[in-house]
Order: sequence, then structure tokens, then C-alpha cells
Amino acid sequence: MIPAPLALLAELTHRCPLRCPYCSNPVALTGPGAELDTATWARVFEEAAALGCLQVHLSGGEPMARRDIAALVAAASGAGLYTNLITAGVLLDAAKLAALAAAGLDHVQLSVQDAEAGSADRIGGCAGGHARKLAAARLVTAAGLPLTLNAVVHRQNLDRLPALIELALALGAQRLEVAHVQYYGWALANRAALLPSRAQLEAATATVESARAALKGRLVIDYVVPDYHAKRPKPCMGGWGRRFLAVSPAGLVLPCHAAESLPGFGFPDVRRTSLRAAWERSEAFNRFRGTGWMAPPCRGCARAEIDWGGCRCQAFALAGDAAAADPACALSPHHALLGAAVAEAAGAAEGFTYREPGRLPLPKAPAAPFSATKVKG
Amino acid sequence: MTPGAIPRFAPGMKLREDRARGQWVVMGPERMFVPDETALEILRLVDGRRSIAAIVDDLAARYDAERGLIETDVLALFTDLHGRGVVTGG
Ligand code: SF4
Ligand code: SF4
Repeated sequence: MIPAPLALLAELTHRCPLRCPYCSNPVALTGPGAELDTATWARVFEEAAALGCLQVHLSGGEPMARRDIAALVAAASGAGLYTNLITAGVLLDAAKLAALAAAGLDHVQLSVQDAEAGSADRIGGCAGGHARKLAAARLVTAAGLPLTLNAVVHRQNLDRLPALIELALALGAQRLEVAHVQYYGWALANRAALLPSRAQLEAATATVESARAALKGRLVIDYVVPDYHAKRPKPCMGGWGRRFLAVSPAGLVLPCHAAESLPGFGFPDVRRTSLRAAWERSEAFNRFRGTGWMAPPCRGCARAEIDWGGCRCQAFALAGDAAAADPACALSPHHALLGAAVAEAAGAAEGFTYREPGRLPLPKAPAAPFSATKVKG
Repeated sequence: MTPGAIPRFAPGMKLREDRARGQWVVMGPERMFVPDETALEILRLVDGRRSIAAIVDDLAARYDAERGLIETDVLALFTDLHGRGVVTGG
């Protein structure tokens, strides 16, 4: 019996005014002409709710770039889904927010690139962006909507984690998500400029622990130790095809938003198939579902049903095989690649390859930036 | 949380039915709690008007259990949920 999914990640568009060098969108971005229309998204939301989804994350790119965003929120909310808008905030204004609230929006998750405007605008590649985000946060709380602040952290902003916590409190957020960059796609090309050091990480973990205790009941802080400093991988997406599904701007149904970049897959297209058929019967969802596909060291491992072998995209990015154990696992034969990348990053420059439509982030790093031969040699 | 406190769901938290799985859940951003039967009985009485003491009275009138025991359980639940940001109350 295939468990029903809990949440749908609806990637409404890849358009975005920011250019974050760690953007989780695929390196090959979808153009606006290929985006699903309002009616198709509305059907996707109905089907997701019927399939058992309780929550939808309206994401992108920047979901506010969709002119029909209020209609999409209304459709999702009308389908009975808890609606979460994941936004960079720079396109929000009071009128748009009022329309979203009236459409039944339940929650806003606003990203910031740093606690300091100068650095935040440099990282996001968007002059004046940070100030607009602060204004957006005030509009969200003024509209009575609950706010989560999402801070993607890395070497160039991790030392300002205390200031990010202060910012979350000052903006009236109930929740702060401190998310370490995950290194595939754009972020992999910028890895040497972004990977934090062990010392930075330890300071950040201590900061989170003391802030959690001090702010109990005021601010919830979500924080997970990043893969590059871990001994065991995270249960990526809670396991392939177990809890989440994503739909790309062009309508591909994916087990995770990054899966589109994996080669050798024919992902179902929601314009041609139902969400239920995609979830229950497609080869793509069944390929890495459960534990039957695993090879050693995952096969028979006591943690196989805890971390599900980790992230398939990271396995492909680092080991060159989407069916391998996640190299974040110390039992993976490729685990040394992570330590080598951390060591290499320690002396690396801080310049970025920004996310740009139509431009591949290849100039700063070769396609397989840390091949096994290079590390051994 | 004290008996006089009036519990409310924190902004963004909602109690709703999950028909696909035959249960009720407290939904929040990226979070979900599945209350057991007792907790669900208690959470159904959260309306932003009733105090914890009034919730305890309601339960004591309907269940064959000592009021003191019910109060201990209810306070423990709300204290836990408050710490996790699921309910507020003052
Ligand atoms: S990570 Fe940055 S560039 Fe990518 S969608 Fe979010 S705000 Fe836009
Ligand atoms: S061997 Fe596989 S299942 Fe075991 S801990 Fe490592 S990644 Fe997880």
C-alpha cells in the first residue's frame, strides 16, 4: 500500500527578480511561455487534496510573479489545502497581500539573504531587495498573517546568525527556518564560495541551541546540521515518493523539486496524467520508493528506513549515480569528497556565479567539480 | 500556562480533519501534529474564549474522572503545545 502524500510543492514559475547563487531551481530554467495555466493548477490542487495532501507550498521562483496568484491561492484553499506562500517578498505590496489574505492564504514564508542590507543585496543579486523584504514582512504581520522568516545560511552570512534571529523577532515572525544551502544545481557551482567551516558551524549550532531555550514559546527555530559536516544523511523529502510531491512550472510531477535534473527519468506530465497515477503508478516515483532498490551499504542497513539512503540528487551530483548511498553518509565510498570540498572551500574566493536565465553556471567550476580522481590525486 | 489562561491556536495553526487518513491534525507551516484521542477532545474546546479552567470543567462534567487529574493532564498538554509554538495563551 503506497502511503498518501502529505504536501505538494507547487513551483508556479521559475521567474524571479533575485539571482541567488544557491537557488534550488534547475540550472535549465523554464520560460514563462511553458508555465501551467490557472485552470490546470486548480485541477492539480483538487487532485492533491483528494490524494491526501494537507498542505500546499506555493513556491517558485517567485510565486508573486504570477499575475493569477490570488486565484491560485483561492483554488488551493478552496480545495481544502493549508496554503503557504514561499516568497522573496520584493514584489509584495499591501493590495496584493490583501487579495491573498481574502483568498484564504494561511501563512507566508519570507526569505532573507542576510541580516545586513549590503550583504543581503549582494548575495541575492538584487539591489534594494533587502529593504523591500523588510517592508513586505511588516505588511504580512499587519495583515494578521503568520510569518516564517527563512534564512538560507552559508559561509558568507552564518556569522550573522544572532542578527538573523534578532531580525526574526523584530519582524514579528513566529518561526525562523535556518536552512543550510544544499549543494546541487546552482549551489554546486558556487560551493567553494558558500561552504561554511567546521568552526563556523559549531558556533551556529551553539547559537541556535541557546536561542531556542531563551525564546521558547516566542520563536520556533528550525535548524538542521548540514550534510557536509554530518556522518549520516538526512531523510531527503522523508523518503522518495513517501510524503511529498512537487509539480514544476511546466507540469512535471517530481518526487522532489531538484529531481528534474536527474538523467534517465521520464517524469509524468500533469497535463497528460492525473496526480494519483503519477504518485501511485509512475516508474519515476516507484524507482526509489521504499528500500528494494538499495545496494550496499544501504541494503540491510539498520538506518535504511530512517534516512532512506539520503538524497538521490546529492548521490548523483557527487557519486555520479542516483542509486548510490548519499555521500553524506560516512559509510559511502564517496564520503571523503565532502571533507575535501570543505578543505578546498576554506581558501576559496567569495565571488558568485549568479543564477541567470539561459546562462549555465559553468565558468567557475567544471561540470564535475570534485571528481574522485582529482581528490585522490 | 495557568488555569486562568485562555488558550488559542497560534497564528498559522489550525485544527482540521484529515479524511484521507481518518484522523484530525493540527496544521502549521511545515509542521503537523496528530493529537491522540484525549488531546483532540481538549483541543476541540479551544475557541479563544474559554479558559483552561473552563475547559477542565467541561471535561469533568462529561468524563468519569477526578477534576484534579483532568486539570493536571490539560495543563501539561497546553504547556507542551505552548513550548512548541502551537498554542498561545495569557
Ligand atoms: S532562491 Fe533566490 S533566486 Fe531562487 S527563487 Fe528564491 S529568491 Fe529567487
Ligand atoms: S548506509 Fe545508507 S541507509 Fe545506512 S546510514 Fe548510510 S545512507 Fe543511510
